[in-house]
Amino acid sequence: MEQITIALAGNPNSGKSSLFNSLTGARQHVANYPGVTVERKEGYCRHKGYEIKVVDLPGTYSLTAYSAEELIARRYILEEGPDVVVDVVDASNIERNLYLGTQLIEMDAPLVFAFNMSDLAKQRGLEFNLEQLSRLLEARIVPTVGNKGEGRIALLDAVIAAAQQGRIKRVHTVQYGGEIEEERAKIEKAIVEREPQLAEKYGARWSAIKLIEHDEEILEQVQHQEIRDLVSTSIAHLRSIFHDEPEIIMADRRYGFISGACQETIKSSVELRHDISDSIDAIVTNRVLGLPIFLGLMYVTFFLTFTVGKYPMYGLEMLFSWLAATVSGHWPIDHALWLRSLLVDGIISGVGGVLVFLPNILLLFLAIALLEDSGYMARAAFVMDRTMHRIGLHGKSFIPMLIGFGCSVPAIMATRILENRRDRLTTILVIPLMSCGARLTVYALFIPAFFPPHWQGPVLWILYVVGILLGVLCAKLLRMTLLKGETLPFVMELPPYRMPTSKAVFVHTCQRGWMYLRKAGTIILGASIVLWAAANFPRPSRQTLAGLSEQAVRQQVLQYSLVGRVGRAIEPVIRPLGFDWKIGTALIGAIPAKELFVSQMGIIYAVGAEDQSTSSLADRLRADYTPLVGFCVMLFVLISAPCAATAAMTRQESGSWRWAAFQYVSLTILAYGITLLVFQIGRI
Amino acid sequence: MTGQNNVALPAGKAAQTIQGQERSPAGGIQVKPLSKVDTGETVRFVRVDAGRGLNSRLAAMGFVPNTAITVVSNNHPGPFVIIVKDAKMMLGRGVAHKIMVK
Repeated sequence: MEQITIALAGNPNSGKSSLFNSLTGARQHVANYPGVTVERKEGYCRHKGYEIKVVDLPGTYSLTAYSAEELIARRYILEEGPDVVVDVVDASNIERNLYLGTQLIEMDAPLVFAFNMSDLAKQRGLEFNLEQLSRLLEARIVPTVGNKGEGRIALLDAVIAAAQQGRIKRVHTVQYGGEIEEERAKIEKAIVEREPQLAEKYGARWSAIKLIEHDEEILEQVQHQEIRDLVSTSIAHLRSIFHDEPEIIMADRRYGFISGACQETIKSSVELRHDISDSIDAIVTNRVLGLPIFLGLMYVTFFLTFTVGKYPMYGLEMLFSWLAATVSGHWPIDHALWLRSLLVDGIISGVGGVLVFLPNILLLFLAIALLEDSGYMARAAFVMDRTMHRIGLHGKSFIPMLIGFGCSVPAIMATRILENRRDRLTTILVIPLMSCGARLTVYALFIPAFFPPHWQGPVLWILYVVGILLGVLCAKLLRMTLLKGETLPFVMELPPYRMPTSKAVFVHTCQRGWMYLRKAGTIILGASIVLWAAANFPRPSRQTLAGLSEQAVRQQVLQYSLVGRVGRAIEPVIRPLGFDWKIGTALIGAIPAKELFVSQMGIIYAVGAEDQSTSSLADRLRADYTPLVGFCVMLFVLISAPCAATAAMTRQESGSWRWAAFQYVSLTILAYGITLLVFQIGRI
Repeated sequence: MTGQNNVALPAGKAAQTIQGQERSPAGGIQVKPLSKVDTGETVRFVRVDAGRGLNSRLAAMGFVPNTAITVVSNNHPGPFVIIVKDAKMMLGRGVAHKIMVK
């Protein structure tokens, strides 16, 4: 079977993703481009005896060197040389969308245009003379409707035909006008003579155009200073003629080329096109109603994710505890107890720990898919942008941060709605400071144990506020130091509202769920098993355990194990925080998941955390520690090292272990510092 | 960013000071920041007073000289919404200050 590779390029909001989904169906693979948090989606489909690999490039307006997304898209096209580039164009907004097309034409890529959302264009009274337009653009044009799967066969036919034809000699390209073309010719000639590596890699004409546009990436690859000087002289010369940057004039000429091509070939019979969207926008972005509507929709999202998600979650938890009980119940007494423990406490609870998040993630991404596909997300970003901008984040960052109060794992996945890498990394790094549901189990034990009823509410409130304030401070700090960079001024396209199609939403949701299971799931499972081993080995000798009750056995095992030993070993370090070895052991034991802290404390005090005697655990805690220590424990649990699942997620979404390690270590240091401060000041 | 646009303009109007910058007498007529344009008005794009990055980004999105910009909503402190080349866009106030129109 013959193989061809095609790349999908297109503007944001051109319906590229839905076209990608309709082309490849479930056969896709999502990863990040190495080193950057830009999603790389690949899929496969078969057509007429061809195996077609489809690569979904990031949505961009242009192919300059100013953003990571644009660089990735153009590097892919130039360096990996796909057989065909499909430019997905929003047919209801041809002019703006074809701008990217002019750059693809310039790159001399074998090109097919998909005039997507052609149903919407027709509705708006746009009529195309595709035959003529196709002659002018020198590429096949296929009308498609991505979210309904229309035009799929015709598009694949066109792709195969274009692949067989290969590169064509173009007659029409953008003409930049006398002065610019003159300079271009000069630079092009110099490139052919002096910089053959550029001509080889990118083509001399394209390199020359990019150099006039002052493209940093291409400039860096110029080896001779004379060529650099030549380029600077050219740019200065053009600037003096036009009183403007040459790149702006060139953008203007590209738009001129487009309107030239469109003038003859596109007829519009209806003038008004923004009417319905306008009236919806008047309400949802209204300065009084905008925020309440947004908060209301966020409440629904949160409710759907966590409150509705609780039921399947309970179901899964019950299934796994039933499984654990069944295995334990049928286990022959006193035979290979460690194996039983591995199965029950390691594997079953590990797999359970992975699956338990799945309903949340599916529901959250269902809600996000609805918000995105309907077109509301862009408006939401705007409503929140004012506030979020002050802390150096994008308006959309609010959504993952809010989800973080339920659970960091889906929250970090939700940062995918952010296009800018710095925004995304900053948001990912501070998400663990939003106090998640698992930490609530720790508060639920400690607050009633140490504080009188009228203090319980305020203490809980303080904990949440401390988390939020630290999140804001850290975000600001990150934007000023490590993730410094121009906060992109807010310019965002508002796509017209559309009814989301169930198919598109379904595919999107399942994709995320599957990705979570495959990527994060394996790491979470691995971490649970490693920590199980650390909490169970080395084991004390049989004689020590003989005759002890089950709870006492567990206490002995934990204390003797690696976790117990490390817990004791770190006692001198955590002493200044008011913590002793018991708290230390529980903290180490809670590395896989924060809620384990409670059960680890239960084991240390040899009271069953599962039976309803947590009150006795609370009594024991009250006897051993002061309220100040209790508060410090909660503070430390809030800020310190995120759970293993969160670390796994950060690793996956940031594309490197380094960011995950950075988050882990710096949050722990921060927790140590703040808890130390609070304990030492509180003691006075 | 030193210059005015390359479109012929009637001369003779006084120089304007926009965001502290002296405009040359020939090209400075009625050039004002987009943020000063009222809801419902349509104006033409002149230039962006900002760095290369924003300039190039906006150019790709259709902000090229003489393009019509219709202000759909300019309700302080509400959103700033415009239509450029058939696409509806929201701008931050900061960007709207930097975009010069006539």
